Amino acid sequence: MMKEMLIIFFTAILTNNFVLAKFLGICPFLGVSKKPSTAFSMSVAVTLVMVIATAATWPVHNYILVKYGLEYLQTIVFILIIAALVQLIETAIKKFSPPLYQALGIYLPLITTNCAVLGVTVLNISESYTLAESLVNSFGAGIGFLVAMMIFSGVRGRMESCDIPKALQGLPITLIAASITALTFLGFGGIVENLFA
Amino acid sequence: MKNLDIIKNGIVKENPVLRLVLGTCPTLAVTTSAINGLGMGLAATFVLIGSNLTISLLRKVIPDKVRIPAYITVIAGFVTIIQMLLKAYFYDSLYSALGIYLPLIVVNCIILARAEMFAGKNKVIPSICDGLGMGIGFTAALVLMGMIRELLGAGTLFGVTVTANFITPMTLMLLPPGGFFVFGILIALANKLSARLEKAPTKSCDGNCISCPACPSNMGGEEA
Repeated sequence: MMKEMLIIFFTAILTNNFVLAKFLGICPFLGVSKKPSTAFSMSVAVTLVMVIATAATWPVHNYILVKYGLEYLQTIVFILIIAALVQLIETAIKKFSPPLYQALGIYLPLITTNCAVLGVTVLNISESYTLAESLVNSFGAGIGFLVAMMIFSGVRGRMESCDIPKALQGLPITLIAASITALTFLGFGGIVENLFA
Repeated sequence: MKNLDIIKNGIVKENPVLRLVLGTCPTLAVTTSAINGLGMGLAATFVLIGSNLTISLLRKVIPDKVRIPAYITVIAGFVTIIQMLLKAYFYDSLYSALGIYLPLIVVNCIILARAEMFAGKNKVIPSICDGLGMGIGFTAALVLMGMIRELLGAGTLFGVTVTANFITPMTLMLLPPGGFFVFGILIALANKLSARLEKAPTKSCDGNCISCPACPSNMGGEEA
Protein backbone atom coordinates (compact mmCIF):
# COMPACT_ATOMS: atom_id res chain seq x y z
CA MET A 1 0.00 0.00 0.00
CA MET A 2 2.66 2.46 1.14
CA LYS A 3 4.96 1.29 -1.64
CA GLU A 4 2.32 1.90 -4.31
CA MET A 5 1.71 5.39 -2.98
CA LEU A 6 5.43 6.17 -3.09
CA ILE A 7 5.64 4.86 -6.66
CA ILE A 8 2.71 7.04 -7.75
CA PHE A 9 4.21 10.05 -5.97
CA PHE A 10 7.70 9.78 -7.43
CA THR A 11 6.43 8.80 -10.89
CA ALA A 12 4.37 12.00 -10.94
CA ILE A 13 7.43 14.05 -10.01
CA LEU A 14 10.16 12.46 -12.10
CA THR A 15 9.14 10.18 -14.97
CA ASN A 16 5.71 11.64 -15.69
CA ASN A 17 6.58 15.21 -14.83
CA PHE A 18 3.53 17.25 -15.74
CA VAL A 19 5.37 20.03 -17.50
CA LEU A 20 8.34 18.31 -19.06
CA ALA A 21 6.81 14.95 -20.01
CA LYS A 22 3.08 15.60 -20.34
CA PHE A 23 3.10 19.21 -21.57
CA LEU A 24 0.48 20.33 -19.07
CA GLY A 25 0.75 23.79 -17.57
CA ILE A 26 3.10 25.08 -20.25
CA CYS A 27 1.65 28.60 -20.08
CA PRO A 28 2.74 29.37 -16.50
CA PHE A 29 5.91 27.35 -17.07
CA LEU A 30 6.97 29.72 -19.85
CA GLY A 31 5.23 32.81 -18.49
CA VAL A 32 6.14 33.13 -14.83
CA SER A 33 9.41 31.23 -14.60
CA LYS A 34 11.60 34.30 -14.95
CA LYS A 35 12.25 34.82 -11.25
CA PRO A 36 12.64 31.95 -8.75
CA SER A 37 10.43 33.73 -6.20
CA THR A 38 7.42 34.12 -8.50
CA ALA A 39 7.99 30.62 -9.89
CA PHE A 40 7.81 29.28 -6.33
CA SER A 41 4.61 31.17 -5.44
CA MET A 42 2.91 30.06 -8.65
CA SER A 43 3.87 26.41 -8.07
CA VAL A 44 2.59 26.47 -4.48
CA ALA A 45 -0.72 27.94 -5.67
CA VAL A 46 -1.01 25.30 -8.43
CA THR A 47 -0.23 22.44 -6.00
CA LEU A 48 -2.82 23.73 -3.55
CA VAL A 49 -5.54 24.03 -6.20
CA MET A 50 -4.65 20.63 -7.71
CA VAL A 51 -5.05 18.78 -4.40
CA ILE A 52 -8.25 20.60 -3.41
CA ALA A 53 -9.71 20.19 -6.92
CA THR A 54 -9.01 16.46 -6.79
CA ALA A 55 -10.63 16.18 -3.37
CA ALA A 56 -13.73 17.85 -4.86
CA THR A 57 -13.96 16.28 -8.33
CA TRP A 58 -13.20 12.66 -7.39
CA PRO A 59 -16.24 12.19 -5.10
CA VAL A 60 -18.48 14.11 -7.52
CA HIS A 61 -17.46 11.84 -10.38
CA ASN A 62 -17.65 8.55 -8.51
CA TYR A 63 -20.68 9.19 -6.32
CA ILE A 64 -22.82 11.40 -8.55
CA LEU A 65 -21.86 11.17 -12.23
CA VAL A 66 -21.17 7.42 -12.30
CA LYS A 67 -24.17 6.60 -10.14
CA TYR A 68 -26.59 8.35 -12.46
CA GLY A 69 -24.81 7.45 -15.72
CA LEU A 70 -23.77 11.02 -16.44
CA GLU A 71 -20.07 10.43 -17.18
CA TYR A 72 -20.34 12.39 -20.42
CA LEU A 73 -20.86 15.56 -18.35
CA GLN A 74 -17.38 15.12 -16.83
CA THR A 75 -15.70 17.96 -18.74
CA ILE A 76 -18.38 20.58 -18.01
CA VAL A 77 -18.78 19.59 -14.36
CA PHE A 78 -15.05 19.48 -13.66
CA ILE A 79 -14.24 22.86 -15.20
CA LEU A 80 -17.12 24.50 -13.34
CA ILE A 81 -16.05 22.91 -10.04
CA ILE A 82 -12.49 24.11 -10.61
CA ALA A 83 -13.60 27.63 -11.52
CA ALA A 84 -15.82 27.87 -8.44
CA LEU A 85 -13.12 26.37 -6.21
CA VAL A 86 -10.47 28.81 -7.36
CA GLN A 87 -12.84 31.69 -6.65
CA LEU A 88 -13.57 30.24 -3.21
CA ILE A 89 -9.90 29.68 -2.36
CA GLU A 90 -9.10 33.20 -3.45
CA THR A 91 -11.81 34.69 -1.23
CA ALA A 92 -10.82 32.49 1.72
CA ILE A 93 -7.13 33.34 1.47
CA LYS A 94 -7.94 37.04 1.14
CA LYS A 95 -10.02 36.87 4.32
CA PHE A 96 -7.83 34.70 6.52
CA SER A 97 -4.28 35.38 5.40
CA PRO A 98 -3.61 38.72 3.72
CA PRO A 99 0.17 38.10 3.48
CA LEU A 100 -0.43 34.83 1.65
CA TYR A 101 -2.92 36.62 -0.60
CA GLN A 102 -0.27 39.19 -1.41
CA ALA A 103 2.07 36.40 -2.50
CA LEU A 104 -0.36 34.13 -4.37
CA GLY A 105 -3.29 36.41 -5.18
CA ILE A 106 -2.47 37.39 -8.73
CA TYR A 107 -1.73 33.81 -9.76
CA LEU A 108 -4.99 32.29 -8.57
CA PRO A 109 -7.35 33.56 -11.32
CA LEU A 110 -4.92 32.30 -13.97
CA ILE A 111 -5.09 28.81 -12.52
CA THR A 112 -8.71 28.22 -13.62
CA THR A 113 -7.57 27.96 -17.20
CA ASN A 114 -4.36 26.14 -16.33
CA CYS A 115 -4.55 22.84 -18.15
CA ALA A 116 -2.51 21.12 -15.43
CA VAL A 117 -5.36 21.39 -12.92
CA LEU A 118 -8.11 20.08 -15.20
CA GLY A 119 -5.56 17.59 -16.56
CA VAL A 120 -4.77 16.04 -13.19
CA THR A 121 -8.43 15.64 -12.26
CA VAL A 122 -9.28 13.98 -15.59
CA LEU A 123 -6.16 11.81 -15.39
CA ASN A 124 -7.06 10.55 -11.91
CA ILE A 125 -10.40 9.36 -13.25
CA SER A 126 -9.03 7.81 -16.44
CA GLU A 127 -6.33 5.94 -14.45
CA SER A 128 -9.14 4.76 -12.09
CA TYR A 129 -7.18 5.70 -8.98
CA THR A 130 -8.79 5.47 -5.54
CA LEU A 131 -9.36 8.72 -3.67
CA ALA A 132 -6.14 8.34 -1.66
CA GLU A 133 -4.12 7.49 -4.77
CA SER A 134 -5.67 10.45 -6.60
CA LEU A 135 -4.69 12.83 -3.83
CA VAL A 136 -1.12 11.48 -3.78
CA ASN A 137 -0.93 11.73 -7.57
CA SER A 138 -2.18 15.34 -7.52
CA PHE A 139 0.25 16.31 -4.79
CA GLY A 140 3.09 14.62 -6.68
CA ALA A 141 2.08 16.39 -9.89
CA GLY A 142 2.15 19.70 -8.02
CA ILE A 143 5.58 19.01 -6.56
CA GLY A 144 6.76 17.93 -10.02
CA PHE A 145 5.51 21.25 -11.37
CA LEU A 146 7.42 23.03 -8.57
CA VAL A 147 10.63 21.13 -9.33
CA ALA A 148 10.38 21.89 -13.06
CA MET A 149 9.61 25.56 -12.43
CA MET A 150 12.50 26.02 -9.99
CA ILE A 151 15.04 24.28 -12.24
CA PHE A 152 13.84 26.20 -15.26
CA SER A 153 13.91 29.60 -13.54
CA GLY A 154 17.57 28.86 -12.77
CA VAL A 155 18.21 28.00 -16.41
CA ARG A 156 16.50 31.22 -17.53
CA GLY A 157 18.56 33.25 -15.08
CA ARG A 158 21.71 31.96 -16.75
CA MET A 159 20.29 32.73 -20.18
CA GLU A 160 19.82 36.44 -19.42
CA SER A 161 23.50 37.20 -19.75
CA CYS A 162 23.85 35.35 -23.07
CA ASP A 163 24.15 36.94 -26.48
CA ILE A 164 21.24 35.42 -28.42
CA PRO A 165 20.56 35.85 -32.18
CA LYS A 166 17.72 38.28 -32.80
CA ALA A 167 15.19 35.84 -34.25
CA LEU A 168 15.69 33.46 -31.33
CA GLN A 169 15.27 36.07 -28.61
CA GLY A 170 12.36 35.69 -26.21
CA LEU A 171 10.17 32.66 -26.61
CA PRO A 172 12.16 30.57 -29.13
CA ILE A 173 15.29 30.36 -26.99
CA THR A 174 13.14 29.70 -23.92
CA LEU A 175 11.55 26.74 -25.69
CA ILE A 176 14.92 25.39 -26.76
CA ALA A 177 16.16 25.68 -23.17
CA ALA A 178 13.01 23.85 -22.07
CA SER A 179 13.85 21.15 -24.60
CA ILE A 180 17.24 20.59 -22.99
CA THR A 181 15.69 20.60 -19.50
CA ALA A 182 13.15 18.00 -20.67
CA LEU A 183 16.04 15.94 -22.05
CA THR A 184 17.56 15.68 -18.57
CA PHE A 185 14.24 14.42 -17.17
CA LEU A 186 14.23 11.61 -19.76
CA GLY A 187 17.14 10.22 -17.77
CA PHE A 188 14.77 9.38 -14.91
CA GLY A 189 12.94 6.81 -17.08
CA GLY A 190 12.48 3.54 -15.18
CA ILE A 191 14.24 4.81 -12.07
CA VAL A 192 11.15 4.86 -9.83
CA GLU A 193 10.11 1.24 -10.40
CA ASN A 194 13.64 0.06 -9.68
CA LEU A 195 13.94 2.26 -6.61
CA PHE A 196 11.12 0.49 -4.79
CA ALA A 197 11.44 -2.92 -6.42
CA MET B 1 -14.63 40.57 -48.84
CA LYS B 2 -14.21 41.78 -45.28
CA ASN B 3 -15.10 38.34 -43.95
CA LEU B 4 -12.44 36.82 -46.18
CA ASP B 5 -9.89 39.18 -44.63
CA ILE B 6 -10.93 38.03 -41.17
CA ILE B 7 -10.35 34.40 -42.17
CA LYS B 8 -6.98 35.22 -43.74
CA ASN B 9 -5.96 37.19 -40.66
CA GLY B 10 -6.31 34.10 -38.47
CA ILE B 11 -4.31 31.90 -40.80
CA VAL B 12 -1.30 34.10 -41.49
CA LYS B 13 -0.94 37.43 -39.74
CA GLU B 14 -2.33 36.43 -36.37
CA ASN B 15 -1.68 32.71 -36.54
CA PRO B 16 -2.74 31.62 -33.05
CA VAL B 17 0.14 29.21 -32.52
CA LEU B 18 3.09 30.78 -34.29
CA ARG B 19 2.30 34.49 -33.89
CA LEU B 20 0.08 34.84 -30.82
CA VAL B 21 1.62 31.78 -29.11
CA LEU B 22 -1.64 30.60 -27.61
CA GLY B 23 -2.64 27.01 -26.96
CA THR B 24 0.87 25.74 -26.46
CA CYS B 25 -0.08 22.64 -24.47
CA PRO B 26 -1.93 20.73 -27.24
CA THR B 27 0.53 22.05 -29.81
CA LEU B 28 3.39 20.33 -28.02
CA ALA B 29 1.56 17.28 -26.73
CA VAL B 30 -0.32 15.79 -29.68
CA THR B 31 1.98 16.64 -32.59
CA THR B 32 3.90 13.37 -32.53
CA SER B 33 2.35 12.61 -35.92
CA ALA B 34 0.77 14.72 -38.66
CA ILE B 35 -2.54 12.87 -38.42
CA ASN B 36 -2.86 13.53 -34.67
CA GLY B 37 -2.11 17.20 -35.27
CA LEU B 38 -4.82 17.28 -37.95
CA GLY B 39 -7.35 15.59 -35.66
CA MET B 40 -6.65 17.94 -32.77
CA GLY B 41 -6.76 20.96 -35.09
CA LEU B 42 -10.12 19.99 -36.57
CA ALA B 43 -11.60 19.24 -33.14
CA ALA B 44 -10.49 22.65 -31.87
CA THR B 45 -11.80 24.32 -35.06
CA PHE B 46 -15.22 22.78 -34.49
CA VAL B 47 -15.26 24.06 -30.89
CA LEU B 48 -14.00 27.51 -31.99
CA ILE B 49 -16.67 27.98 -34.64
CA GLY B 50 -19.42 26.66 -32.35
CA SER B 51 -18.44 28.74 -29.34
CA ASN B 52 -17.85 31.89 -31.41
CA LEU B 53 -21.29 31.46 -33.01
CA THR B 54 -23.07 30.87 -29.70
CA ILE B 55 -21.27 33.59 -27.78
CA SER B 56 -21.81 36.11 -30.57
CA LEU B 57 -25.54 35.32 -30.55
CA LEU B 58 -25.67 35.67 -26.77
CA ARG B 59 -23.38 38.71 -26.50
CA LYS B 60 -26.23 41.04 -25.52
CA VAL B 61 -27.76 38.55 -23.08
CA ILE B 62 -24.69 37.57 -21.04
CA PRO B 63 -24.03 40.09 -18.23
CA ASP B 64 -20.56 41.54 -18.34
CA LYS B 65 -19.58 40.41 -14.85
CA VAL B 66 -20.20 36.70 -15.36
CA ARG B 67 -19.07 36.53 -18.98
CA ILE B 68 -15.97 34.39 -18.35
CA PRO B 69 -17.83 31.57 -16.52
CA ALA B 70 -20.57 31.79 -19.17
CA TYR B 71 -18.02 31.50 -21.98
CA ILE B 72 -16.34 28.54 -20.28
CA THR B 73 -19.68 26.75 -19.95
CA VAL B 74 -20.48 27.27 -23.63
CA ILE B 75 -17.01 26.07 -24.64
CA ALA B 76 -17.25 23.03 -22.35
CA GLY B 77 -20.57 22.15 -23.96
CA PHE B 78 -19.04 22.09 -27.44
CA VAL B 79 -16.02 20.13 -26.19
CA THR B 80 -18.41 17.52 -24.78
CA ILE B 81 -20.15 17.27 -28.17
CA ILE B 82 -16.88 16.70 -30.04
CA GLN B 83 -15.77 14.20 -27.38
CA MET B 84 -18.94 12.17 -27.86
CA LEU B 85 -18.69 12.35 -31.67
CA LEU B 86 -15.07 11.17 -31.69
CA LYS B 87 -15.85 8.44 -29.15
CA ALA B 88 -18.66 7.19 -31.36
CA TYR B 89 -16.93 7.26 -34.75
CA PHE B 90 -13.14 7.34 -34.19
CA TYR B 91 -12.73 5.44 -30.92
CA ASP B 92 -9.70 3.31 -31.88
CA SER B 93 -7.78 5.93 -33.80
CA LEU B 94 -8.21 9.55 -32.84
CA TYR B 95 -10.09 9.29 -29.53
CA SER B 96 -7.42 7.09 -27.96
CA ALA B 97 -4.54 9.02 -29.52
CA LEU B 98 -5.69 12.40 -28.21
CA GLY B 99 -6.50 10.96 -24.77
CA ILE B 100 -6.82 13.53 -22.00
CA TYR B 101 -5.87 16.35 -24.36
CA LEU B 102 -9.36 16.18 -25.88
CA PRO B 103 -11.23 17.40 -22.75
CA LEU B 104 -8.40 19.87 -22.24
CA ILE B 105 -9.59 21.81 -25.32
CA VAL B 106 -11.80 23.57 -22.74
CA VAL B 107 -8.79 25.32 -21.26
CA ASN B 108 -7.15 25.98 -24.62
CA CYS B 109 -6.29 29.68 -24.44
CA ILE B 110 -7.14 30.27 -28.11
CA ILE B 111 -10.82 29.53 -27.70
CA LEU B 112 -11.42 31.67 -24.61
CA ALA B 113 -9.23 34.43 -26.04
CA ARG B 114 -11.25 34.57 -29.28
CA ALA B 115 -14.52 34.54 -27.33
CA GLU B 116 -13.29 37.42 -25.19
CA MET B 117 -11.60 39.44 -27.94
CA PHE B 118 -13.82 38.83 -30.94
CA ALA B 119 -17.08 36.92 -30.53
CA GLY B 120 -18.18 38.92 -27.47
CA LYS B 121 -17.99 42.16 -29.46
CA ASN B 122 -18.88 41.28 -33.05
CA LYS B 123 -21.82 40.14 -35.17
CA VAL B 124 -22.49 36.48 -35.95
CA ILE B 125 -21.07 36.13 -39.48
CA PRO B 126 -17.71 37.83 -38.76
CA SER B 127 -17.46 35.75 -35.55
CA ILE B 128 -17.91 32.51 -37.49
CA CYS B 129 -15.27 33.68 -39.98
CA ASP B 130 -12.93 34.49 -37.12
CA GLY B 131 -13.46 31.03 -35.64
CA LEU B 132 -12.87 29.43 -39.02
CA GLY B 133 -9.71 31.45 -39.72
CA MET B 134 -8.23 30.87 -36.28
CA GLY B 135 -9.16 27.18 -36.50
CA ILE B 136 -7.48 26.75 -39.88
CA GLY B 137 -4.43 28.64 -38.63
CA PHE B 138 -4.26 26.40 -35.55
CA THR B 139 -4.73 23.24 -37.64
CA ALA B 140 -2.10 24.30 -40.17
CA ALA B 141 0.46 24.98 -37.44
CA LEU B 142 -0.29 21.66 -35.74
CA VAL B 143 -0.05 19.68 -38.99
CA LEU B 144 3.24 21.42 -39.80
CA MET B 145 4.65 20.57 -36.35
CA GLY B 146 3.33 17.01 -36.66
CA MET B 147 4.84 16.54 -40.12
CA ILE B 148 8.28 17.77 -39.03
CA ARG B 149 8.31 15.64 -35.88
CA GLU B 150 6.95 12.56 -37.66
CA LEU B 151 9.43 12.86 -40.51
CA LEU B 152 12.44 13.37 -38.25
CA GLY B 153 11.31 11.05 -35.48
CA ALA B 154 9.77 8.12 -37.33
CA GLY B 155 10.74 8.70 -40.95
CA THR B 156 7.11 8.69 -42.09
CA LEU B 157 4.55 11.27 -43.28
CA PHE B 158 0.87 10.69 -42.50
CA GLY B 159 1.86 7.09 -41.76
CA VAL B 160 3.57 6.55 -45.14
CA THR B 161 7.23 5.53 -44.94
CA VAL B 162 9.46 8.23 -46.41
CA THR B 163 12.98 8.20 -45.05
CA ALA B 164 12.80 5.39 -42.48
CA ASN B 165 14.42 2.89 -44.85
CA PHE B 166 17.61 4.77 -45.57
CA ILE B 167 18.02 7.27 -42.73
CA THR B 168 17.83 6.18 -39.10
CA PRO B 169 14.93 8.16 -37.54
CA MET B 170 15.67 10.25 -34.46
CA THR B 171 13.19 8.91 -31.92
CA LEU B 172 14.04 11.86 -29.68
CA MET B 173 11.93 14.10 -31.92
CA LEU B 174 8.83 12.17 -30.88
CA LEU B 175 9.68 12.61 -27.19
CA PRO B 176 8.97 15.79 -25.19
CA PRO B 177 12.38 17.47 -25.82
CA GLY B 178 11.81 17.20 -29.58
CA GLY B 179 8.44 18.92 -29.19
CA PHE B 180 9.92 21.91 -27.36
CA PHE B 181 12.81 22.10 -29.81
CA VAL B 182 10.77 22.00 -33.04
CA PHE B 183 8.28 24.52 -31.61
CA GLY B 184 11.09 26.91 -30.63
CA ILE B 185 12.68 26.73 -34.08
CA LEU B 186 9.30 27.23 -35.81
CA ILE B 187 8.50 30.36 -33.78
CA ALA B 188 11.98 31.71 -34.50
CA LEU B 189 11.37 31.15 -38.23
CA ALA B 190 7.95 32.81 -38.05
CA ASN B 191 9.52 35.80 -36.26
CA LYS B 192 12.26 36.02 -38.87
CA LEU B 193 9.82 35.83 -41.79
CA SER B 194 7.36 38.35 -40.39
CA ALA B 195 10.18 40.74 -39.53
CA ARG B 196 11.21 40.56 -43.18
CA LEU B 197 7.64 40.95 -44.48
CA GLU B 198 6.64 43.92 -42.36
CA LYS B 199 8.66 46.44 -40.42
CA ALA B 200 6.10 47.03 -37.66
CA PRO B 201 5.74 44.00 -35.40
CA THR B 202 2.30 42.45 -35.08
CA LYS B 203 0.60 43.29 -31.85
CA SER B 204 -0.06 40.11 -29.96
CA CYS B 205 -3.48 39.85 -28.34
CA ASP B 206 -3.51 43.54 -27.33
CA GLY B 207 -2.42 42.58 -23.83
CA ASN B 208 -5.96 41.40 -23.52
CA CYS B 209 -5.55 37.70 -23.24
CA ILE B 210 -6.96 36.90 -19.90
CA SER B 211 -6.11 33.30 -19.72
CA CYS B 212 -2.61 32.75 -20.89
CA PRO B 213 0.44 34.13 -19.14
CA ALA B 214 2.64 32.79 -21.94
CA CYS B 215 1.21 35.55 -24.06
CA PRO B 216 4.21 37.70 -24.98
CA SER B 217 2.65 40.85 -23.57
CA ASN B 218 2.49 39.20 -20.15
CA MET B 219 6.01 37.93 -20.31
CA GLY B 220 7.78 41.12 -19.37
CA GLY B 221 11.03 40.85 -21.25
CA GLU B 222 9.49 39.45 -24.40
CA GLU B 223 9.53 41.84 -27.34
CA ALA B 224 8.83 39.58 -30.30
